[in-house]
Amino acid sequence: MVSSISILGGRGKDGRPDAVRRIDFQMGQVVSIVGPTGSGKTTLINDIELFAHQDTPTGRTILLNGQPVPKEFRYNPAYNPIALITQHTTFLSDLPVGEFLAAHCRVRSRNGDRLDLISQALEFANQLTGEPIEPTYRMTELSGGQTRALLIADAAVICSTPVVLLDEVENAGIHRARAIQLLRQHRKIFIFVTHDPWIALLSDFRIVMQAGRIFRVLSTSEEERALSVHVYQLDDVLCRLREKLRQGERLSAKELQEVA
Amino acid sequence: MKLIICAGPATTGKTSVLRHIIRKLLAAGKRPAYLKLDVQFAEEDQLLAKEFGIPTKKVYTGELCPDHCHVMVLGDALRWADRVGTDILLVETAGLCLRCSPYVNGGLGLVVLEATSGMNLPLKVGPMLSLADTAVVTKIDRVSQAEREVFRSRIQDAAPQVLVREVNALHGIGIDPLVAQALDSPDVVEPLLLRGNPPVGTCTICVGRREIGWQAHFGVVRPLENQTFYRGE
Repeated sequence: MVSSISILGGRGKDGRPDAVRRIDFQMGQVVSIVGPTGSGKTTLINDIELFAHQDTPTGRTILLNGQPVPKEFRYNPAYNPIALITQHTTFLSDLPVGEFLAAHCRVRSRNGDRLDLISQALEFANQLTGEPIEPTYRMTELSGGQTRALLIADAAVICSTPVVLLDEVENAGIHRARAIQLLRQHRKIFIFVTHDPWIALLSDFRIVMQAGRIFRVLSTSEEERALSVHVYQLDDVLCRLREKLRQGERLSAKELQEVA
Repeated sequence: MKLIICAGPATTGKTSVLRHIIRKLLAAGKRPAYLKLDVQFAEEDQLLAKEFGIPTKKVYTGELCPDHCHVMVLGDALRWADRVGTDILLVETAGLCLRCSPYVNGGLGLVVLEATSGMNLPLKVGPMLSLADTAVVTKIDRVSQAEREVFRSRIQDAAPQVLVREVNALHGIGIDPLVAQALDSPDVVEPLLLRGNPPVGTCTICVGRREIGWQAHFGVVRPLENQTFYRGE
């Protein structure tokens, strides 16, 4: 069982060392990775997902339960404790959705096929998208939002791993708050790459990236936690505006009353 | 002399993978040489010679089938590599007709496939995959984790005994296990034989002569140095 993941520091693009030499993630924690675009956020979660052992350009090392990662975790997806939801908004796999999910079920399960998971995954995904995904649709035909929704559902239902990495879930064009609510029904380590204040403030701590290096680690303060409630309200209002626009409705000044 | 033969469809990243392997072989104190076989255009030999200062060579196969050409010149190439003072020869050969495979007994056979390929590609490339030792999957950053894992399983379904190693050839991630395999492979001992039986046909290679080196063949033969001639009946 995975109970913790650790990052041992490496270096940034200019060769300067990470300012924090070790970061530990404990089971049940939610962590954000923040920083300007190009600052190395995606590289950091790729290091985690690839179980870097000083063999990536950053020279970082990943430990599981404080130990080096066993080989089979690296080469056998059935043992891989990490699900990564990348920023991809298109699939390149030329398979129908149902067939792809069945193949991934076989890859990820250690004890036989769990084909019941396919309908569960689709049900999960369809709670996040405007237009439902059918198992007969080809993967390559899905919209950007459907692609991200299916990736999240695949990670949660089919991978069902103790660690989930999410790269900018807010850009997915999906129901983000619903996604996070569904995901958090399970006790896991969640690591979000995000530009979203609400996601950053609901985290236990956040890792700040700069020029490819880990610049600092900030625990979420009490004040920030209190603030997150208001941030959520603001966000909720914007979401409702967006939804009304999408549905072809007109907007009025009273939409903003509750946050004015 | 150790021998690594690297095959794979065009533009999958064979040269990028070999570039990282060469860099790490040099760091491990080895003396690699590089031979590129391509049908009509290649500049990788010059680029690698310039970057690493290693002996390199290229052969344009022209109207000769690339696998046929490979069989002809590989014997000479091992002697060339020996003559120029190297101890590990890396041979890169371009996309073939998918009925042959260029790997030989004793050497290390790598096939380079890209994760962005269709899910049926592993079923389509035949012996180029099934007779390799390791399938190197490139461009892993271009697809989702789920697609990468399903592609891996597709390779394993098509060729269960082939090791699968995912790499990011752009940044050299995942190259270490390939270098370890190269260093662990034994020196090759002549006479070398192709691993697979070539398809039915009319030339000596097509009718199943697997011996490496133009001396063992007749019909359209060629040595490493650039000429084509006809020998025997």
